[in-house]
Order: sequence, then C-alpha cells, then structure tokens
Amino acid sequence: MGVKLLLEKANVPGIRTYDVYRREGGYAAAEKALKEMSIESIVEEVKKSGLRGRGGAGFPAGMKWSFIAKPEGVPRHLVCNADESEPGTFKDRYLMEFLPHLLIEGLLISSYALGSNDTYIYIRGEYAWVADILEEAIVEATKNGWLGKNILGTGFDCMIHVHRGAGAYICGEETALIESLEGKRGNPRIKPPFPAIQGLWMRPTVVNNVETLAAVVPIIKMGGEEYAKIGVGRSTGTKLISACGNINKPGVYEIDMTISVEDFIYSDEYCGGIANGKKLKACIPGGSSVPILPANLLLKTAKGETRYMNYESLSEGGFATGSMMGSGGFIILDEDQCIVKNTLTLARFYRHESCGQCSPCREGTGWMEKILQKIELGKGESSDIDLLWDIQRKIEGNTICPLGDAAAWPVAAAIRHFRDEFEWHINNRELSQTSNFGLQHYADPIHVPA
Amino acid sequence: MSLQFNNEQMTEFKRLVARYPEGKQKSALLPVLHLAQDSFGGWLPTEAMDYVASLLKIEPIEVYEVATFYSMYNLKPVGKFVFEVCQTGPCMVSGSDNIIAYIQKQLDIKPGETTKDGMFTLKLVECLGACGYAPMMQVGKIYREHLTKDKVDAIIAEYRTQAATK
Repeated sequence: MGVKLLLEKANVPGIRTYDVYRREGGYAAAEKALKEMSIESIVEEVKKSGLRGRGGAGFPAGMKWSFIAKPEGVPRHLVCNADESEPGTFKDRYLMEFLPHLLIEGLLISSYALGSNDTYIYIRGEYAWVADILEEAIVEATKNGWLGKNILGTGFDCMIHVHRGAGAYICGEETALIESLEGKRGNPRIKPPFPAIQGLWMRPTVVNNVETLAAVVPIIKMGGEEYAKIGVGRSTGTKLISACGNINKPGVYEIDMTISVEDFIYSDEYCGGIANGKKLKACIPGGSSVPILPANLLLKTAKGETRYMNYESLSEGGFATGSMMGSGGFIILDEDQCIVKNTLTLARFYRHESCGQCSPCREGTGWMEKILQKIELGKGESSDIDLLWDIQRKIEGNTICPLGDAAAWPVAAAIRHFRDEFEWHINNRELSQTSNFGLQHYADPIHVPA
Repeated sequence: MSLQFNNEQMTEFKRLVARYPEGKQKSALLPVLHLAQDSFGGWLPTEAMDYVASLLKIEPIEVYEVATFYSMYNLKPVGKFVFEVCQTGPCMVSGSDNIIAYIQKQLDIKPGETTKDGMFTLKLVECLGACGYAPMMQVGKIYREHLTKDKVDAIIAEYRTQAATK
C-alpha cells in the first residue's frame, strides 16, 4: 500500500460531515497555520514541498503564490478551479464529493496565506449535486467558526462562495474561468497581464486546482520537507489518478509516484488489469489532450527502461516517444478499440469546446473532425493523413490559450504512433466498416519518427 | 412582463447575487440563468433572458451572448426529463454508442428531439467527468452511471411513473 495523504480517510463513515472530519483530525492543519504560522512561513512550506499544480500544467504551486501582487487597498482573491472537464479526469469530483471539508480546510489555509477574504470555488455546472455538498460543508464550517469574521481570533475574515459554471471545457483555462466568473463568455484573455497581477475584477488573483489546494493540508500538517520526501525527483507528494476505459477496476487512486505504469495497470490494488481478458493496445495517461501511447511505449521508454507514474518518467522521450502526466486522467484502450474512432471523438470534443476566438483553433478543430469522420466512415483518401498532420501543426502554438495545443496533440500522437492503422482504414474502406485493425501494429518494432 | 420569480425564487436570486462585491452583480449571471431555467420550464425563452438582464441591471445582449455560449442552457423547449448522454472517448470505449442507439430506439427519437408526449428529450453531450463510471448520462441534477440496456429501461419506467404520480 502506498502512502495516502488525501484519500486516507475517504472511507470513514460520515467523513463528509464536519463532526466526523473534525474528530478524525480535520482542521488541525488550519489551526496550526492560522495560530502558529506566519503568512511567509506557510508560503515557504508550500514552496519546500515541491507541490506542482495538479490541474494539468504541473507548475510549482508555491512559486505561483509568490507572484501575487499586493498593491495597497486592493482586495486579492483565491479561486479554486473545480471546472474538471478534461476527458478521462474525475478525481476532483471524487475529492469534493467525499471529502468536502478537506478542500474547505485547504482553501482556508491558502486564503489566509494569500490574503483572500472572498474565495470562490468555480465548479463545473454539471456537478450540481457536488456544489450542494460543498455549500453544506461551507455552512457547517461557518457555524463552527472556521469561516466568517475574525477566524480563531486572528482578525482574518474569509468567506468561500460556490459558483456553478454552465458547460464549457474552456473555463478550466484560468483566464477563461475568470471571465466566466465575471458573468461573461469563457473567452481566454491575452497574457500578460497574468491573473496574479490583474485577475478577477482586475484584482490580483491566484487560480489553483482542487487537488492542489487540498494537498496544502497534509503539507502544513507534516511540513514541506517531509512532503517532498514522498515521491521521486520533482514529482513530490502523492497524485490522484482517475483510471478509466477498458480496465477491471476503474476509479480514483492515490499514488506516490514511484509505482511503475505496468504495476498501476495490472496490480489488484489499482486498475486490476485489462477487462474481459483482453490485451492492452494503447493508453492516454494524463487526460485526453496528452499524447496517446501504444502499449510498448507506455510500459517502457524508447530506451527500454521501465516507465513510472510520475511527471518526469511519463514525459521521457518528449512527444516523439513519451507523453505527459497532465491531469492524471488515465484512459486505457484494449485490443478491440479503434484509434481512428477514438481520435475522432476527441477531435469532436475539441471542436465543440473551442471558444472560437482564434481562427486556427476555431477552423482547425472543425476540419480535423470532418477529415477524421471521413476516414472513420470509409471515405478517406491517402492525402488525408498528411492533411491532418498539417492542420494540427498549424493550430499548435498559434492560439491565445492552450486549447489549441490540447486539440492538436491527440491527433498528432495518433498519427505518429498509429499511422499504419489510419492507412489500413483508408486502404480497406469496406473492411474498416465491419472489423477492427486490432493489434497488428505490434508486429512492427517500435517506430520512432524523426 | 409575465415571467417572474416567485418569492422563494427571489430569495434564492438575492442569495446568489450577495456572493459578489457591490457593483459586480453581473458575476451572478451564470448561477441566475440556472435558476431561471429551473424556474421557467427547463429552458430560456428570450423573455426569461430579458427578465434576468433587468434584475442584474445589464443589457439583454450581455445575457444572450452568455446563454448561447454555455451548453447547459437550453434555448428551445425541452421535455420534462432530458437525457444528456456522454459520447466522448472514455464513454465511447466503454460502449456509449450502443446505449445511445438503444435510447433512440426505446424513445423513438433522434438526438436533439423530444418525444411526442413531451416527456423525454435526448441530447448528446461531451465529457461530463464520469469516465470511470461509463457509459453514463445526466438527468436533471443527477448522474445515471454504469448504464446497460436493462438499466435504461428501468430509468425510463422510473421517470414515467414519477410523472404519472405527480
């Protein structure tokens, strides 16, 4: 059993309620932070912990906090990004649904450290019942003196507000989220200015993911240095992985980032192997936008070394032969899955979710979907593969926000690693409508494109 | 104007607006549109959007541009129960295609349509964050997960009974 810092108490009956959470040692970290620690030392502990943003980008959280501007007389805000929408990702939902007070406690400590008197949780609109759970937890925390005026007699006031989105993946991007929180369309802003200088209502703002903010609780409890001892290299602490697709035990797992990908997939403690006795074909290890990897490159790097479930190892080999930790949305595809069809559903997703501000993304995502649809329906031509490659290249890096990259990468990786399957679809138009390419790919040695 | 929040809805409206600083009441727009949609029959006619604009003291266009951007707002009437079935990658590899085809057959409607009795609407949606519990759909405030054909039949029957007993 690996170390559990976030989900340790997830199975304690009634842990969702304040009384049980408190009895199990909850709010002790908040008490320590507010009563015994200075603001600087809280930020210092988070920096020492090496905690990296758990939303997908992996940016050091302590450093992000230290960027916040502190102009005289201007309120600052902490915003919790609970707009979890990356396909394959459902870890924040689990955390909020079962351990709402852990998030509230993390938010309280972080709000104190950042000087945010009004903190917002921006939760995706579809998680309506989770929003209710959070609101209830906020009422309980307020009743017990953890939120409101003059918390623990420190003179610090803090209120947490739940704000429901309304169905838009793009609002997970922090500046789009801020726009949406201001009651506008979720169009990302051009940076700079960064939110740390001018964010919500043009005030200094820090936006952090749910898991990141929850992790502040064990960091304060055990100290940054101890937290940093867990894991390996720059992948410190624990990470929540939401595993899904064709596995025996889909669900949310907390790992300490020293476990190998193979153990994570096949051990009974985690995914429990591929469902229905099938073989592993491919995996998208960090949410739909990160590069898909064929089984051989997933389990071992191109150098033949074991691949591990951490930031560095998953990205070993760059995009040519590696992928990314991303949001921890771990999607497994078995031998029966069609890479063209899978890529098509993701291309459709990104076309649907493009906000439409930047032409390369707005137009390009639609073209990619149409071409993939054509290939999937047995109407593809051999020039289509190069055309798809060309379009994704022209989207990547040419948009205001990373949605363009997120849309380009899955298409690029699918072609990079499964070009033979695309060609098979195009050369076997009729056959491709009734049967699958399967695992033919693995007859070939690992192909590393230049 | 005939569409108006009743007392209870107005209390909720005030609670939502109070979360934001003085003068930043436009921030309440998304939550208030949810409230309006829930209060006025599951969709947002222009009249409802204009009403929300007047309450928040913003221009109607500021409401329209938001209502048309977010996928949860219905701009056309919908059935009493809306089945929003996820079709993105993780659900697809877990068999959502079969579930979508089965719902279409059982309700005799295509995606985007409403049954003749006004009971059910079928909507295909993108990832709802339930990938580990796929295939799935959202109905109102809740998720129905691990769908099978039998489960779909039971859910349809459940809502029919619920509508008949109300």
